[in-house]
Amino acid sequence: MRLRVRFSKLGKVRWISHRDVARCLERAFRRVDLPVAYSGGFSPRPKVSFGLALPTGAESAAEFFDVQLVTEIDVNALPARLSAALPVGIDVQAAIQIDDRAGSLQEEVVACRWELSVRSDTSFETVCARVNEALSAAELVVSRERKGVVVNDDIRPAILSLEALNAVGGSKGSPASAEKPPVTLVAAELATTTRGLRPAELASALGLDPAYVGLRRTHQWIERDGARIEPLALAGPLSAGLAAERLNGGQKRAG
Amino acid sequence: MSTLWPRVEALLATVQKPARYVGCEDGAVVPEHGPGIVSWLLLYPDTYEVGLPNQGLQILYELLNEQPDTAAERSYAPWIDMDKAMRTAGVPLFSVESHKPASEFDVLAFNLSAELVYTNVVNCIDLAGVPIHADKREPQHPLVIAGGHCTFNPEPLADFVDAFVIGDGEEVVTEIADVVRCWKTSGRGPREEVLRALARVPGVYVPSLYEVTYDGPRVASVTPKFPDVPARVDKRTIADLGAWPYPRHQLVPLTEVVHDRLNVEIFRGCTRGCRFCQAGMITRPVRERPADQVRTMVSEGLKRTGYDEVSLTSLSSADYSGIAEVVTGIIDDPACSGQVSVSLPSLRVDAFTVGIASEIQKVRRTGLTFAPEAGTWRLRTVINKLITEDDLYSAVDSAFSQGWRRVKLYFLIGLPSETDEDVLGIATLAGRCAELGRQHTKSATVVASVGGFVPKPQTPFQWFGQVGSAELNRRIYLLRDATKKMKGVNLKWHDSRATTAEGMASRGDRRMGAVIEDVWRSGGIFQEWSECFDIDRWNAALERHGLAAEEFVHRHRTRDEVLPWAHIGAGLHEDFLWQDWQDALAEAGLPDCRWTPCYDCGACTEFGIEHVVASPIPPAGGSQGTGQDLAVGGVVPTPVRMLATRGAAS
Repeated sequence: MRLRVRFSKLGKVRWISHRDVARCLERAFRRVDLPVAYSGGFSPRPKVSFGLALPTGAESAAEFFDVQLVTEIDVNALPARLSAALPVGIDVQAAIQIDDRAGSLQEEVVACRWELSVRSDTSFETVCARVNEALSAAELVVSRERKGVVVNDDIRPAILSLEALNAVGGSKGSPASAEKPPVTLVAAELATTTRGLRPAELASALGLDPAYVGLRRTHQWIERDGARIEPLALAGPLSAGLAAERLNGGQKRAG
Repeated sequence: MSTLWPRVEALLATVQKPARYVGCEDGAVVPEHGPGIVSWLLLYPDTYEVGLPNQGLQILYELLNEQPDTAAERSYAPWIDMDKAMRTAGVPLFSVESHKPASEFDVLAFNLSAELVYTNVVNCIDLAGVPIHADKREPQHPLVIAGGHCTFNPEPLADFVDAFVIGDGEEVVTEIADVVRCWKTSGRGPREEVLRALARVPGVYVPSLYEVTYDGPRVASVTPKFPDVPARVDKRTIADLGAWPYPRHQLVPLTEVVHDRLNVEIFRGCTRGCRFCQAGMITRPVRERPADQVRTMVSEGLKRTGYDEVSLTSLSSADYSGIAEVVTGIIDDPACSGQVSVSLPSLRVDAFTVGIASEIQKVRRTGLTFAPEAGTWRLRTVINKLITEDDLYSAVDSAFSQGWRRVKLYFLIGLPSETDEDVLGIATLAGRCAELGRQHTKSATVVASVGGFVPKPQTPFQWFGQVGSAELNRRIYLLRDATKKMKGVNLKWHDSRATTAEGMASRGDRRMGAVIEDVWRSGGIFQEWSECFDIDRWNAALERHGLAAEEFVHRHRTRDEVLPWAHIGAGLHEDFLWQDWQDALAEAGLPDCRWTPCYDCGACTEFGIEHVVASPIPPAGGSQGTGQDLAVGGVVPTPVRMLATRGAAS
């Protein structure tokens, strides 16, 4: 049976890498005796696939992985069992069975929503101005070095939406960490396909030092029949079930 | 106590591997602190990924946090980038659990496992905002304590450390805590008060309570300043490892570290008697953990941590009584569902050991490591590593025939009485091993890894003058030329200049403290990392203080001189060590006293303890240091190589 699992990564554990999270999960699988399928061959690996890697230092309210099991399990009990075996800050929020042929997260996720909390001295007004500037620009060319070659890309098409919010007065979002004083937030929807845009690149393009920008991924989006949905939504078991049916192309879920 | 977390976190986006600084390990505790609680910050003066797996530190961490009136957190040396960021931002050294400032703890306790980290010790004290010199500290400053193998010559760090703990820490740690609690609850009087009280705890050495006099380059005397301070501080030894099943909750880090697996210590101490090996000399006698307890610690540990690998640790794990049964038991345990691999560090060189290795490494058979240590039988008798060529060849042949493709051989260079013939013997052994390998696989490779020998305190070689780096290089290049054209042989060697610096830190007396301080002041931290090591800093510091490496490191010492560490007792009689040194020069071996009659080195008789071994019969295979063929095993050997007549050697 194949499962899709949703989890969050908040607080101090944001500073561990994507690979570290994968290794924590593998140990957690063994601790809760999850019957994970292994690849064959010289060096067997658990059959787990992740979506887009979260940058080290970023928090996330919406991380996902798919895992293949060799026997059936009680899917509803899994989030609590797995969370107990994971470090503080990594919480498994939901799990559903998905079709063995369902597309992978890597293929299907088209965009992510990010919250950037500005921790530098840059004022709210300045950030607003830069956001507006970026939105009204016909193109935003950034250069980066790839294998020793400087490549210039227009990142404007990858910015699907962009908004500056004052976290003091605004009702949307919350500061990345409760220990921090109120900060300016930038909410952005960024494409992940073709020329995907990383949030740190966006920060640089807005003239913000990425070292002073807190990152939090709040949503990952996939497309179904022209609509944008989450790979596994959180709003209660019913909508999770609906999402699963849509994911599975209308097939009835087993178990 | 306050937390520095927001200020620490603000730096993390600017440094490599931020996971080093966040803690959150499985098994970590955030203990309560308070007026009646003695708080310890356990420090490993190297990077997080090197320090976290340290078992000694983890044992003390658990013991202290189990007690209601002690609390322990941990800290590791921040890497160079973080050190710089912290100093720029004015953030002091912190614990990884609650990110409290190090200076708010009652005790800063360092684990000393290697000498080249000494400049990091000084750096950590400074980064904590505590005066680096013990005599400049006030009552409000933490006590700086150090334990671990390096404390068997504590003198090079005597300027910086308030008290050293010699030997096993399990029992003494709570005795120290009691003394500190009295001091703390009575309002922290003058430091000398608490230091005098600590000096009365057996196994605790307080360097400031001793007067050292010198005679030119030599130490003339080390004398206690007060009548209640012991003239010699003897090590602490726990009699029964079975009474200490720790760590019960091994820390599982969130990021990759060295030895990233479950570690279960199966015995402590080793009586193989390798004369170069400080660990074997200072940890006697052998104390095996009961097999049942090993099995429980393995199965519970695997279940709790989620690791799929367990290492059965000791100084020579194949020597554990019934090792084959224990290993098979783990692999066949249905709870482990066939997914668990077992590793045995410090493999003995014989075919029997390879048999066990093939049992446990059913997949991923890439490399196997042996340590013959010297290139000829003659030199191996000098160092008492009594492996015959047949032992080695049968082990290597057996490894290649069972699917391994790479064999790594460890050697020391610069051993006492070493000649060019001995050096070239390394090439001969490696070449022959590669030939044996090619009979089984075309891709057979043999890696010969050569390290420079540092004669360590408290060993029979402590009187030997360390070979200089120019001469070490000459021998290494001789070996390089000899192996250059050899098919399938790769030679690797350590920087001989780092060997010299290690000699300074290992073999020096108190005057070396000024050198360590200067190396640190000139920016020399992480000296055990080749990218940071710089011999020029060490030589410049020596020169500035009018000291010479020749005197401290390279000079042969005489029996009548006072060794800088003579007032520290490892349990070994001085006359045993001297006789063993003479036997070495006479090329006479000494059998393992676990399985042969006691020769009274002092380790047992001095402390009224004994070996704890489940079987009086050595495990099968190899010559077992007796020169006999024990391939069948199960026979009590009689030593066939008798000791040289005492005193006959020069």
